[in-house]
Amino acid sequence: MLKIRNLKVSLEEEEKQILKGVDLTVEAGKVHAIMGPNGSGKSTLSYVLSGRDGYEVTDGSATLLDKDLLDMEPEERAASGLFLAFQYPVEIPGVGNMTFLRTAVNGQRKARGEEEMSAADFLKEVRAKAKILKIDADMLKRPVNVGFSGGEKKRNEILQMAMLEPKMCILDETDSGLDVDAMKLVAQGVNALRDEGRAFLVITHYQRLLDHIKPDVVHIMADGRIVKTGGPELALEVENNGYADILSEVM
Amino acid sequence: MSAIKDIDVKEGVDQETVDAVREVGGEYKYGWNTEIEMEYAPKGVNTDIVRLISDKNEEPEWMTEWRLAAFSRWENMQEPNWAMVSYPKIDFQDQYYYARPVSMIEKPKSIHDVDPKLLATYDKLGIPLKEQMILAGVEGAEDAPTTPRKVAVDAVFDSVSVGTTFKDELKKVGVIFCSISEAIREYPELVKKYLGSVVPVSDNYYATLNSAVFSDGSFVYIPPGVRCPMELSTYFRINAENTGQFERTLIIADKGSYVSYLEGCTAPKRDVAQLHAAVVEIVLEEDAEVKYSTVQNWFPGDEDGNGGIYNFVTKRADCRGDRSKVMWTQVETGSAVTWKYPSCILRGDDTQGEFYSIAIANNHQQADTGTKMVHLGKNTKSRIVSKGISAGVAQNTYRGLVSMHPKAKSSRNYTQCDSLLIGDKCGAHTVPYIEVKNNSSRVEHEATTSKVDDEQLFYCRQRGMDEEEAVALVVNGFCKDVLQALPMEFAMEAQQLVAISLEGSVG
Repeated sequence: MLKIRNLKVSLEEEEKQILKGVDLTVEAGKVHAIMGPNGSGKSTLSYVLSGRDGYEVTDGSATLLDKDLLDMEPEERAASGLFLAFQYPVEIPGVGNMTFLRTAVNGQRKARGEEEMSAADFLKEVRAKAKILKIDADMLKRPVNVGFSGGEKKRNEILQMAMLEPKMCILDETDSGLDVDAMKLVAQGVNALRDEGRAFLVITHYQRLLDHIKPDVVHIMADGRIVKTGGPELALEVENNGYADILSEVM
Repeated sequence: MSAIKDIDVKEGVDQETVDAVREVGGEYKYGWNTEIEMEYAPKGVNTDIVRLISDKNEEPEWMTEWRLAAFSRWENMQEPNWAMVSYPKIDFQDQYYYARPVSMIEKPKSIHDVDPKLLATYDKLGIPLKEQMILAGVEGAEDAPTTPRKVAVDAVFDSVSVGTTFKDELKKVGVIFCSISEAIREYPELVKKYLGSVVPVSDNYYATLNSAVFSDGSFVYIPPGVRCPMELSTYFRINAENTGQFERTLIIADKGSYVSYLEGCTAPKRDVAQLHAAVVEIVLEEDAEVKYSTVQNWFPGDEDGNGGIYNFVTKRADCRGDRSKVMWTQVETGSAVTWKYPSCILRGDDTQGEFYSIAIANNHQQADTGTKMVHLGKNTKSRIVSKGISAGVAQNTYRGLVSMHPKAKSSRNYTQCDSLLIGDKCGAHTVPYIEVKNNSSRVEHEATTSKVDDEQLFYCRQRGMDEEEAVALVVNGFCKDVLQALPMEFAMEAQQLVAISLEGSVG
C-alpha cells in the first residue's frame, strides 16, 4: 500500500532537516502506529505525505499503490486514496459541513472519472454514517468545524474519512484533546472502517489510543528516523517506561 | 502552485466537464456588442444638449428648467478627489450623452413591437423581456422553492428604456412601474413632488451632472398598504461606444407598502473607459419596506487595466415615515472604478436601515464603496455588513459614515467590515467615520482583514477539491452573510460571479 524509502525532508524556509531517512512499508489491511517524543518528525511525515507546502524533499521516495505520491498535487493524492485526519481540523466559516463534504466527495469522483453522487444518495449515506459517530443533523448543517468542541472536530474528521472511503488513512494525533468517552467514539468510528483493502497509519504520542485501535505494527520514531519496530507490546513498553529507555538502547 | 488556467486534461475526465471548467475560467461573459443602428446627440455637454435630451423625452417645461438649473450648478463644481481611486482625467466633453437605437425613435406600443435585435440582446443576457413565469428553483438548492414566480423587468439600453413587462398586471393593484421618462409625462405630480427630494440637485458632482443629463431609468410607485405582487427589476445595458449612461431611478413606497427591487448591469468590452453616473432615490413613508438589490457587473477593463466602466453612483433612501425599513444589498464585481455609497436617512422614529455589500476587485479594478447611515429619529437602527475581496493589483476601500444626531435617542448601529486579500499585490482599506451627538446611542464597529488562509486551502485540497474549487468554497463562505440577503435567483448568479472573478487569482 504505502512504501516510504529513505525519505529526507527539510523545511523550505530554514535549512533544517526534519526527516533524516525514513523507511516504512504499510501493507493493505494493516494498522501501523507511529509513536515518538515531541519533535521527532511524526507530524511532518503526515504533512509531507499529504502534500502540504513548506517542506522540501531532498532524497528518497514515497509511493501509494506504486504511484509516486511526492509528484502529485494534494488533491490528486486525495483522489488516489490518501486521507489525513488533521491534528488541528481547520475552521471554514460560512461553509456548511454538508456542502463541504459533498464538494469533496464529488471532487474526488470527478478526478477519478467517476460519476458524481446524487444529492439523494449522498444525503442518505451521510446520515447513516453520521449516526454511528453520534453527529446530529444540526452539526451537519453548521459551518465546517466552527464552534465545534475538540471531540466534535475529531468526530467530524472521521465522518469525512467514512464518506471519502480512502485506502490509506493517516491519523495525526487524533487523540489529542479528547476525553475518554470522545476517544472511544472516535476509535469506534475508525474500527468500523477497518477493512482488508484499507490501511491505517496512526500517529500518537500516547499509548492510550492504541488500547482502542489495536495496531498490528508499532514503530518508534526519534530524531527524524524510525528507530525501532515491533508488535503491540512495544506500545506498552513505551507506556510503562517512557521513551528514554528505548532511545538510549537504540541510539 | 500551478496556475489554474493550465488545466491538465486527465484521461477519463469527460470533455463536457473540461469545457465547463474552461468556460468558468474564461473572460468577461457579457462583453459582446449588439450591432444596431444608433441615433446620437453630438458629443459633449452644454445647455443645447440638456435641452435636446429633454426634448427627445418630450418633457414638460418645468422638467427642462430643472435640468438647466442643475447644469448651471454643475458647471461651477469640482470633481471630488477624496476617494481612494485614481484614473486619468475624464474629458466630459468627449462623451456622448444621448444614444438610442434608431428603432426606438417611434416608441413601440408594447413589448411585442420592440426591435427583435434588442429583445435578443436581453435574451442573451438571460433577462426575460417576455411576460412569463420564471422558475426560481435552482439545482443544488434543496430547500429552494420551485414554484414559478413573476419578475417584472424594465430594460434600459444606453439612453432609453426599451420596454417594461407586466405593467398592466401591476397597474391592477395600483403599482406604477415604468420608465422615468414615461413617468415625467404621465405622472408629473408624483415626479415633481419626489424627484430630487432625497438626492438634491446640489448633492455632489456626479449627482448634479446626472440631474442635468439623465436620459431614462425606472419609476416605481407602490400605493398605501400594497404589497407589490412580484419582484421588480431594472436591467441596464451600456452598448454604444464613448457613451455615458446617466440613469435615474425613483422609487416611492407609500404608507405600509412593500417592494423588492433588483438591479443588474453589464456592458460590452471596449478599450476605452466609459462613464456611468446614476442616481437612485427611494422614498419610504410610514411602515413601508423596500429591499433594493444590485448585482453590478459592468465591464471591469481588461487584465492590463484598459477600458472598463467608471461607475460614479449616488443611491439614497429616505425613511421619512416612522417604522419604515430599507435594505440595500449589493454585489459589486464589475467596473474599473467604483465610487458608490448607498445610504439611509433614518428620519422617522423607529426606522431601520441595512446595508449588505460584497465588493470584489480583481486585476486593476478599484472600488471605493460603503454606506452612510444618518440617524435622525429616535430608536433608529442600522446595520452594515461589508465584505471586500481584493485580488491581482486591485484596491478595495470600505468608506462608511455612521452619524447619530442629537434627537436620535437610543439608536443603534452595528458595523462589520471584513476584507479578504488574495495575493500580496492588492490592497484593502477601511475608512469608518463615526459621529455620535447624543449619549443614549450605541455604535459598534468591527473590522478584520484576512488572507485566504493557506491552512483552509490545504484542508480543502487534502479532501479532494482542486485549488479553484477550494478558493471558491472558502470565499463563498466568507460572502454568505451578504448572499443570504439576496433574492434567490440573484444569489445563484452572485455565487457564480464570485467563482469567476477570483479564478486564477491565487499563488
